[in-house]
Amino acid sequence: MHKPTEKQVYAAIANVALSMCALIVVIPILIVFMSSFSEESSAIKYGYTLWPRQFSLDAYRYIASKIDVIGRAYLITVAVTVAGTALSLIITACLAYGLSQKNLPGRKFFMFMVIFTMLFNGGLIPTYYFYTNVFHIKNTYFAYIVPGLLCSAFNVILLRNYFSNSVSASLRESAKIDGCGEFKIFLKIIVPLSTPILATVGLLNAISYWNDWQNGLYYMDDANRASIQQVLRNMTNNISYLSNTSSLPSASRQIPGVTVRMAIAVLSMVPLMIAFPFFEKYFVKGISIGAVKE
Amino acid sequence: MKQKNKKLRTRIKAHLPFYIFMMPGLIYLVINNYLPMIGLYMSFTKVNLVEGIFRGEFVGLQNFKFLTMTTDFPLIIRNTLLYNLAFLILNPIVGILLAFFMNEIHSKRRLKVYQTTILMPSLISVQIVTYIVYAFLCVDTGLMNKTILPLLGKDIVKWYTTVKYWPAILVFVHFWMRSGFGSVVYFSSMISISQEYYEAAELDGATKWKQFCYITLPLLKPTVITMTIIGLGAIFRSDFGLFYQVPMGSGALYQVTQTIDTYVFRGLTGLGNLGYSAAAGFLQSVIGFITVVLANWAIRKISPEDAMF
Repeated sequence: MHKPTEKQVYAAIANVALSMCALIVVIPILIVFMSSFSEESSAIKYGYTLWPRQFSLDAYRYIASKIDVIGRAYLITVAVTVAGTALSLIITACLAYGLSQKNLPGRKFFMFMVIFTMLFNGGLIPTYYFYTNVFHIKNTYFAYIVPGLLCSAFNVILLRNYFSNSVSASLRESAKIDGCGEFKIFLKIIVPLSTPILATVGLLNAISYWNDWQNGLYYMDDANRASIQQVLRNMTNNISYLSNTSSLPSASRQIPGVTVRMAIAVLSMVPLMIAFPFFEKYFVKGISIGAVKE
Repeated sequence: MKQKNKKLRTRIKAHLPFYIFMMPGLIYLVINNYLPMIGLYMSFTKVNLVEGIFRGEFVGLQNFKFLTMTTDFPLIIRNTLLYNLAFLILNPIVGILLAFFMNEIHSKRRLKVYQTTILMPSLISVQIVTYIVYAFLCVDTGLMNKTILPLLGKDIVKWYTTVKYWPAILVFVHFWMRSGFGSVVYFSSMISISQEYYEAAELDGATKWKQFCYITLPLLKPTVITMTIIGLGAIFRSDFGLFYQVPMGSGALYQVTQTIDTYVFRGLTGLGNLGYSAAAGFLQSVIGFITVVLANWAIRKISPEDAMF
């Protein structure tokens, strides 16, 4: 029996510690997941548990009976996520591309204009005033897409650095000699060369659109236009929200309130969770590039 | 001089397409960020969101004066500052500790599993986190009251109305949500440290702990500083979702859950005074800005290469 090396000891400690952290993360999520499959009366009797005494799909059946509310909310969230991500990616990439031009007159000024938004902002009430009383986006779908999320300074800087470091100037020059216009160069050369970073920024945007609930809270009172996060929020306070909002005839049985809450939570987090392993690489990359100072 | 002007004009002309590229983004920043900055003026007026920002009667510092006289004022300042102080101190400790452990895992597969798991909460919206906390703390059906406390032979607790547990709960929930993100930040700067340093140290017989203290930590300093400056800039801001949504708006808990952001929002919903909220928002923006500039200035004095701007 030989003495374990220092490296092995540290690896063992690290494994134990990280396993514990992983459990602390996973167990609460699992409890929500499992509770959604619990039979209502056993959930009431024994509470939310990691392993329900009696399994049942009642919560999901109930949600299916209110498909008009949930289905619509889902559609809205998907549409907002797709439209918002695309739009914000275009706006951000174009701004960053302009800023990456080293000889652009006024570059310093525009750069400052971007960075200053990270240091100072007007806060909620003035922002709310301009969006509702000047731009009148309250209760329109723009409310989910425009405020706050379209163009973050952080992403602009991320993309600008990539454009100016990774895309060679000579490549642009030769394309120009071949008679390509700037727009064509951007679309045909710059964009294809920058797919990794565009994927990363697009992904960060998509996650924030999918999970955004504050825009809904501030700018959306119309229950018919509630996103999935809105439905979740409304149900924290009012379990009968679903049956009140739905126009479908109510089932004779009572709302399985205890389990339905968890079922909706599961439905709203499952898409990102399933997709995560496929895009994790880009996600980690996004965080890492932000961390490494240039 | 004339020559120079002409040169500039041709340069601008040559770059015209790029200005068009930048236009949508810049217009958006003006609408989303710069107009609200001008809108801060309203905290010096009788706030009236319907009439318009510049129509409100100018009242000088009245909103601020009355705001500071409310009992809410010391409360929201205290809560916002104390929670942020806790986060400022604990964030790097938790982040670096997790990153250190990740760095000691030599199996690529395992590392990936750990990282994926720990990052999962960053995908989850605050709404879901609210449900997760509710699954534990719900008075009638929560895991705590139904399973854990009876197992320990303790009485049930009315969690959503008992103030004393919430500071700890909120700090815990914060780390549950954000540690993954923080640890990846530190981990990525940790793995960019050249292996040669460690090899040389190992040859000299330095223990892992010594290597950590004398190589890893000093080289992580810029990351810690950057993260801390960002944190300082947000010292008067709070995670609105965490403080408003996770306690489910329970009024009994205001004492430890009311922060500047939740206070400002309550003004907007008509539950509070809009003028005071506007004043609180103004203080938040301006003092936050001053802190971040001061922090950066201080760092520039101490170690210029670490300053952010």
